[in-house]
Formats: sequence, structure tokens, C-alpha cells
Amino acid sequence: MESSIWTLLSWGPEGWSRSIASGVLVTISLALATLPLGLFVGFLVALAKQSSEPTLRMAGNIYTTIFRGLPELLTLFLVFYGAQLGIQQIVRIVSPGTTVEINSFVAGMVALGVVFSSYASEVFLSAFRAIPLGQYEGGYSIGLSKRQTMRLVVLPQLIRIALPGLSNLWLALLKDTALVSVIGLSDILRQATIAARVTKESFLFFGVACLAYLVLAILSSFGIDAIERAVGKKEMQR
Amino acid sequence: MSGAVQHSEIIDRPPPPVRRWTRERVVGNALLAIWILFGLGLALFLLRAWDPELMAKYAPLYMSGVGVTLSLVGISVVIGAALSIPIAYARMSSNRVLNAISYAYVYFFRGTPLLAQAFLIYYGFGSFRPQLEAIGLWSFFREAWYCAVLAFSLNTAAYQAEILRGAIESVPRGQWDGAASLGLSKLQTMRKIVLPQALIVALRPYGNEIILMIKGSAIVAIITVYDLMGETRRAYSRTFDFQTYLWAALIYLSIVEALRNAIEWIERRITQHLKR
Repeated sequence: MESSIWTLLSWGPEGWSRSIASGVLVTISLALATLPLGLFVGFLVALAKQSSEPTLRMAGNIYTTIFRGLPELLTLFLVFYGAQLGIQQIVRIVSPGTTVEINSFVAGMVALGVVFSSYASEVFLSAFRAIPLGQYEGGYSIGLSKRQTMRLVVLPQLIRIALPGLSNLWLALLKDTALVSVIGLSDILRQATIAARVTKESFLFFGVACLAYLVLAILSSFGIDAIERAVGKKEMQR
Repeated sequence: MSGAVQHSEIIDRPPPPVRRWTRERVVGNALLAIWILFGLGLALFLLRAWDPELMAKYAPLYMSGVGVTLSLVGISVVIGAALSIPIAYARMSSNRVLNAISYAYVYFFRGTPLLAQAFLIYYGFGSFRPQLEAIGLWSFFREAWYCAVLAFSLNTAAYQAEILRGAIESVPRGQWDGAASLGLSKLQTMRKIVLPQALIVALRPYGNEIILMIKGSAIVAIITVYDLMGETRRAYSRTFDFQTYLWAALIYLSIVEALRNAIEWIERRITQHLKR
């Protein structure tokens, strides 16, 4: 009855490769879905934090203080259970007796996005500070509007400066997705846990899970290199 | 037309600069109001849900959870710091084999989730129970607490090694040359000249690493260690009261904020001689 490692890792009905691969897909799609959300919110928060309006700055700073200070796992639970409770309360007013289930993918996306955006806002903020004021003044002096200056003059430089910081955050995001296995999303780690429980080969399958994350990290760093080259970061280094 | 504008400007004195309700100001006030309402709502919720019985039962458990969290992080950071020295040395050495091994170590622990590492050690080593029993290590790997300490120490050692390496390499080459020309040995140079300069650079990353460890330590709740998160999950599963999570959030936030301010204070103190 002792099945060999290779049968366990095969693609066939005896093997677990298929389910681990589906876990890899879930992990990648969660990370890719979170990225634009986190970048967008992070950029807005950074804009707020570098504004001349004190109330706006303060609101942005409260956001980062809270979500950088909470453990990611706790943020996930707060979103997952908290949103469930909150929406339930609202729905009960309309139609009592219904129960609401939050999609764990959406909960994971929101929680990870919030954490990502609070870190990303710091990266964007320091990139904003690295751009000299003269760039804005130059933009205005040739008749560009505020919005045009931001889009055509500041943003291209900002992305170049923020890229290394953002790529670190992307790698952290890939690792943080492992937490959603706790709220029942079938990502790499959860599929590995199931395989380990069924086959009693824990070390093998958790090792495979770690390798899968490593491969994702290596592939990401290739991708990041390509992006950096495309953006022209390499030429910019004197 | 332009003449008319100029004319009127000469006659009318410019109005005193008033703070106009710009769009930014409106949005800022609205967002701040939302935060204030959120804070008030939270306070009101906790006040209304206040239950002396619940408090009496769970407050001591939460306190012991905080103790577990802090001691887990404290022990792991110290062990990790000790482990990080040989790793950083290997990373900087010119020996190809040492370099490759330490690089692989650091890459593995920085490239995989801490949760997966904890699972690998706690559940994974269970696969080798007979072998571990034979060499008498099973009693170590059976306990979730020891596994958590091991996983966290190995993980933070990788990060700390990189911090140490970065800090040492940030000290200019000329410092080594100068020390050598004064006749100091390698070890003396490191201890008296390079490390004092490197540690100033390393302070902030070290502080961030400790904060990340405190936040990361929440995951040990999943491998059945009753730290603050573990106690919170236990309390929630018994009461289904959402305030259990809110209290945990407040405690974590205050620990992290206290640490962050302490690190900033230390940094201000030790960089006083660099300021003009």
C-alpha cells in the first residue's frame, strides 16, 4: 500500500500535482487581483499624505498607522468576520433571517490590498519627495494643468523611483497570500495541507509548497528585471 | 480688457488671504470626520458590549497571550541575531561554497511564507518521528512552542544576516584601509571602527524587523500556540463576540506603536553627534 513519492507527486488520479497546481493558480490570481487595488489606493493615500492640507495628511497618516501596525492575519480576520457581521446587520433590516457568507477570495483581496496599500503609500511618498519642485514648476510654466503635470511630468519619474520598493512589496504580497488558507481559500498552502493530511507525507508536501513559493518568487524577480529594463532604470544609473 | 483688470487691481486692495474651501480641504475634512466617527463607533461598540464577566474571564488570558507573543519574539530575535553573524560572514566571504550555501539559506527563508516554514517544521518533521525518536529529538519537535521558536529564529536569522551585511558594506572601504594603516587587526577594526558605524545604519532595519516579527508572530496561533492571536481565536470561538478581535487589534497596535516610538527615540539619541 506504500505508494512511492513519484506516484504521490504525479499528475494522475493517485497524484497530488493537479490539486497543488490549482492552488498555485489561486495564489497567483489572488496576488494579481490585489495588486491593482493596492497600488491605486496606495497612490491615493500617498497623494493625501503629501498634500498641503493638514486634515488630508492626518487622515492618510491614520490609515497607514493602523494597517501597518496590525498583524496581517488579524486584518484578514477583522475583514472576514467583521464585514460578515456588518453586512448581516444591514441585510437583516431588509430581510430578517437571512445569513450572509463573505466570499473568502474577496475578503482576502480586501485585507491584503489594505495592507499592501499602506506600505505602498510610504514607497510612493518617498518617491514624491525625491522629485524636485522644479519639475512641477516647469510643468506649470509651459502651460500644463495640475492634472497634466502629474500625468506627463511627475508620474513617469515617480514610477521609476518607486519601482524597487514596489517590487519588494510584490514579493511580500506573494508570501502574505499564504494567510488566506486560514479562511478556507484553496491556495498552495491549503492544498498542501490537505495532501499532507490524506497521505501522511507532511514533510514532502509542505516542502513542495515552499518550493512552489520559491519558484513564484524567482519568476517574479525575472519579471521585475524585465520591467525595470523597460522603464529604463538601468540607463538611469549613472 | 487687461487694462481694466490692471486698473481695478490698483484701486481695490487685495482681499486678505482667506482659507478657501478648496476641494482638498473638503475631502480632507470629510475623511477625518469619517475616521473620527469610526473611532467613536468603535468606542461606543466596546462600551455597549462591555461585559464584566467576559472581561474577568478573558483579560488574564489575553495578558498571558501578550506574554507568550513577546517572549516568542524576544527569544527568536536573540537566537536569530546570534545565528545571523556566521551567515552574514559567509555571505561576505570570498569562499564560493560558503557564499552559495548562505545565499541559498537566505533566499529560501526570505522567499517562502513564514506560515509555510512553520508548517514544514511543526507538521513536516512529524514525518520523521521514528528517526527523531531514535536520536531523542522527538520531544522537541512534538511541542508547537519549540517548533515556533525554531521556525522564527531561522527566519529572522536570514533577514538579520542581510541587515548586518548591508550595514557593514555601507561603511566605506577607506575605513578599513585607515585602520589597517594604523596597525589594527581585522577583528579590532571590525569591533572598534566598522561595527559602531554599521550599527547606526542597521538600527532602523533592526527595529523594523522586530516589528515585523511581532506582527508575524500572530501566525503561530495556527500551529496551536496560545499567543495573543491564539487566545483571541479561542475567545472568539467560545463567545462569538466580535469585540474579542477588536481588543486584540488595540493591543497589537499599542505594542507596535510603543516599539516604533522607542526605536525613533533611540535613533535620535545615538545620532546626536551627526546632527548640526
